[in-house]
Amino acid sequence: MQGIYLTIVLAPLVAAVIVGLFGRQVGRTGAHTLTIAGVGGAFLLSLWVLKVHALDGAAPFNATLYTWGVVDGLRLEVGFLVDNLTALMMCVVTFVSLMVHIYTIGYMHEDDGYQRFFSYISLFTFAMLMLVMANNFLQLFFGWEAVGLVSYLLIGFWYTRPSAVFANMKAFLVNRVGDFGFLLGIAAILQYTGSLDYREVFAAAPTLQGQTLSVLPGASWSVLTVICLLLFVGAMGKSAQMPLHVWLPDSMEGPTPISALIHAATMVTAGIFMVARMSPLYELSETALNTILLIGSATAFFMGLLGIVQTDIKRVVAYSTLSQLGYMTVALGVSAYSAAVFHLMTHAFFKALLFLAAGSVIIAMHHEQDMRRMGGLWRYLPITYITCLIGALALIGFPGFSGFFSKDALIEAVAESHLPGAGIAHAAVLSGVFITAFYTFRLIFLVFHGPERFREAAGDSHAAHADHDAHDHHGVHEPHESPWVVTLPLILLAIPSIIIGAFTIEPMLFGDFFRGVIQVSHAHDVLGEMAEHFHGPWAFLLHGFQGPAVYLAFAGVASAAYVYLINPAVADFFAHRFALGRVVNWILLHKYGFDALYIQGFAAFGRGLGRYFWQRGDVDLIDGRLVNGTAQRVVAWAAKGRTLQSGYLYHYAFAMLIGLTAMLGWMLFIR
Amino acid sequence: MDMTFTSPSLWPAMPEIFLLASVCAILVIDLFLPPRWRHLTYGLSLMALLVTAAMVLRLGQGLEEPQVTFSGMFVLDRLAVVLKSAALLVTGAVLLYGRDYLRERQLDQGEFYLLTLFSALGMMVLISAGHFITLYLGLELMSLSLYALVAFNREQSASSEAAMKYFVLGAIASGMLLYGMSILYGVTGSLEIETVASRIMEQPVGSLPLLLGMTFVVAAVAFKLGAVPFHNWLPDVYQGANTPVTLLVGSAPKLAAFAMVMRLLAQGMEGLAGDWRDLLMVMAVLSLALGSVVAIAQTNVKRLLAYSTIGHIGFLLLGVLAANPMGYAAALFYVLIYVLMALGAFGVLILLSQRGMEAETLDDLKGLNARSPWLAAVMALFMFSMAGVPPTAGFYAKLLVLDAVVDQGMGTLAIVAVLFAVISAFYYLRVVWQLYFEAPINGSAVVASADLRWLLIANGGLVLLLGILPDQLIRACLSAF
Repeated sequence: MQGIYLTIVLAPLVAAVIVGLFGRQVGRTGAHTLTIAGVGGAFLLSLWVLKVHALDGAAPFNATLYTWGVVDGLRLEVGFLVDNLTALMMCVVTFVSLMVHIYTIGYMHEDDGYQRFFSYISLFTFAMLMLVMANNFLQLFFGWEAVGLVSYLLIGFWYTRPSAVFANMKAFLVNRVGDFGFLLGIAAILQYTGSLDYREVFAAAPTLQGQTLSVLPGASWSVLTVICLLLFVGAMGKSAQMPLHVWLPDSMEGPTPISALIHAATMVTAGIFMVARMSPLYELSETALNTILLIGSATAFFMGLLGIVQTDIKRVVAYSTLSQLGYMTVALGVSAYSAAVFHLMTHAFFKALLFLAAGSVIIAMHHEQDMRRMGGLWRYLPITYITCLIGALALIGFPGFSGFFSKDALIEAVAESHLPGAGIAHAAVLSGVFITAFYTFRLIFLVFHGPERFREAAGDSHAAHADHDAHDHHGVHEPHESPWVVTLPLILLAIPSIIIGAFTIEPMLFGDFFRGVIQVSHAHDVLGEMAEHFHGPWAFLLHGFQGPAVYLAFAGVASAAYVYLINPAVADFFAHRFALGRVVNWILLHKYGFDALYIQGFAAFGRGLGRYFWQRGDVDLIDGRLVNGTAQRVVAWAAKGRTLQSGYLYHYAFAMLIGLTAMLGWMLFIR
Repeated sequence: MDMTFTSPSLWPAMPEIFLLASVCAILVIDLFLPPRWRHLTYGLSLMALLVTAAMVLRLGQGLEEPQVTFSGMFVLDRLAVVLKSAALLVTGAVLLYGRDYLRERQLDQGEFYLLTLFSALGMMVLISAGHFITLYLGLELMSLSLYALVAFNREQSASSEAAMKYFVLGAIASGMLLYGMSILYGVTGSLEIETVASRIMEQPVGSLPLLLGMTFVVAAVAFKLGAVPFHNWLPDVYQGANTPVTLLVGSAPKLAAFAMVMRLLAQGMEGLAGDWRDLLMVMAVLSLALGSVVAIAQTNVKRLLAYSTIGHIGFLLLGVLAANPMGYAAALFYVLIYVLMALGAFGVLILLSQRGMEAETLDDLKGLNARSPWLAAVMALFMFSMAGVPPTAGFYAKLLVLDAVVDQGMGTLAIVAVLFAVISAFYYLRVVWQLYFEAPINGSAVVASADLRWLLIANGGLVLLLGILPDQLIRACLSAF
């Protein structure tokens, strides 16, 4: 098995290295053939691994493959831990990655950086696999940083665009804040358990209960709570939880395929995966769980609201991703780790689908992303329309779709929880259902239905150079469906978006799938309580109609239909006609002021401080006084020193004699 | 008195005897050669040097214990083998570097080659000296030849002036040496270095006559090395002499001077190490300071290299004053590497001095990269090595010396040395700046004969190679003590 795991990890890496270093030699066709072969092979093997572990019930694999170094008893190792959770993540990662690889052939075919792009996404697949397959914190951190690096490279893929460079810098800096916490958490684990190995750390965790440390004098905190919160800070950065969420919407500056792969389906869920993996630690700290719950609810609710005012098609989906990540975090908070991972999986499929569909629309619209210049596209892009609709229905939790099962189970789990914050969280996730439905169908209606606004818009922008381009006599290009390399991944992603929930809810949430992998203490076992009322997916479906969630989703769709199809004046009325509406609209358009706070507050302060130290410390003191001052002094000495060399022989002889006399004097009289 | 006469073993001195015979032969041959056959003198001289070097190396093979002959006047030990072979090869390289330059200026007369060979012979005798008299003999043979060489270009007043200064100051230094030796003889009753050493051990600590004699000897040695305050001749001689002569003065004699330090101080006055190391320390710091600071104000490259030499001598003294085998080995390594670098740097200057024009100032180096990229690269390599930048040999040279000093618990001294090394890096890097980032004043291409070019590349390659794989040479240096 070890060889198979290694192959899964290394195949994408080898492809990435070859394509990255010898892109010119292998050419475009070679680039996508190689990387797709690598990732495709990894996917097939991952499926087999899932079968062996989940269906055949093979024992988890946990072994060290390579010892990198031993420092003072601390072992730095590369090792794999493959159990059901890992196998599931491997399949999700490689499948979505494969779809994105295929899709990229169509999306990037005009781009000069074709080979570079394939190299990056293959490298990402490698890094993500290293992350999910790690059996120790060091490798986890390696994967964590490596996916961050590739994300940085891909957000700034079009590095000549200032906005892309700004966005990747922002993503990098915000993630650094998260990584700071994450690294501190790992350091704390090492300090208190003396190991970085999962198994040893989990075994040692119960003994840490009751231990305290004082970070600030006078306040003593539980060690476990501090560790869990620090690790969660890392998760907040990677999984874009408030207030470290600001980088994710901007990351849409990258090409759409990576928005689907990295910033929706896989990398951003690394934080969720990590907390689920660390369940033996988190179960021991109720404070940490409560914090997670509240942060998740805030993210789910407030980020969903922002989706309503966005006009860029990708940004709507991006805010939806933020909101859904909030849902997963909420599930973690109530100890429904399985539900979080379940939602992570269904979300990976339907959100990747939505992004890729958005990309397909963007191709058809010649890289126009503003939804106000679209409309009525369903008749031109039938496949995109249908698959996008499937993705949207899955996202809002339409009964029977995969999103329904995962989201409904999640909301139910929150309702069952007894944590202090559960009440607020329940309200947040329930109202979130309405919001989700509203902005999702706002997107569907603005893009695919209603008047064909792109004709006027295109007319405007083309009028300027109509004289030069005879082709533009008819005003607009008719939008047309994307090539098969684009639509095939859409269809392949649409299938699990519909069915995967119904098939997997039973084993994943209420069965043995995560037995021994995820630990839940009895007091927190909300899913266990739910399991008593669970009688199969069909009953779950019917039961869904007794709760408010489904009706809230319907209401969201209906409101969106009324506002954006039937009576568009309503939107304008709410946004501009009365004071409260104007204020809310202003707040939403400014995204609650996070960007302003970070850019004009923290970043400006940091730059100001830096400039101060640069001017005062570096330019004045170090450069001016120390460096240049020394240099000037040396030059002055040099000018003086050269006058000693007068050129007169008797001076020289005199100098020698003086020297000799001084030496003699020293030797004879001072000694 | 024992009147039996046993003929001394000539074998250890075979290379010297061969070189002397060759010089005499070449002297006679050259007399009868018409001027257009002059290259034969050159060829024979080079051959004599190379054969002698080969003989030295052959004798050195498997040499474990020092071989003493001529009643203790002559010593052949590993130190002598290393230094003599290096001095001979370096002198050969000087002849090669200088050939085209001298020919172009009609200076390639037989006397030049003969004087060079005589000075090489002097160096060999000095290096192998086991006795104050042999040492003095070798020193004078070397020095007198060098004085004459400096004055070789009679028509240039700068040459004559430099030779005059060199000669007078050298004579003063010789006087000091003789005076010091005679005092030592008065105390110990012997001129043989080994006997002197053992008698000094028997003397009471702080014996005044001994300290007096030692101080005179140290002053003379410092003059030969060019350490402050006995350095004044160096810049004037370097600048006044023709570049090939400067090359000779600046390279092989430093090896001989190092041998003088080892024979007189390390071997002969081992018992006074605690005293002479203090003198050397002061001179080392002064040399480092003057060498690195005053060089900054120089615009003439030859003068600049003269001050750079003074700085390097400071480093060399640091190794010596550690006064243990490790320090001596570090100093030996340093002097070998220094000679390699000086050889290359002056070699570049010789190459640039074409069509009757002398390349002497920093302006002449401007934009060399545009005129001849390979020459600029080699020169930059020598500059980096002199500054002590890894991965060049100069880095290891400085590192070993500093290591030896720190090992003796003289950390402050090491810090001072490093500070001055940083200051000196400025003017080395300024040369690199001139090479690469300034526009050339004289845009003509540089022409060089193939063997010269290969020699320069080999020279540079060696500086780089010894910076990457220094073990072999370091081991050779360590085994010399």
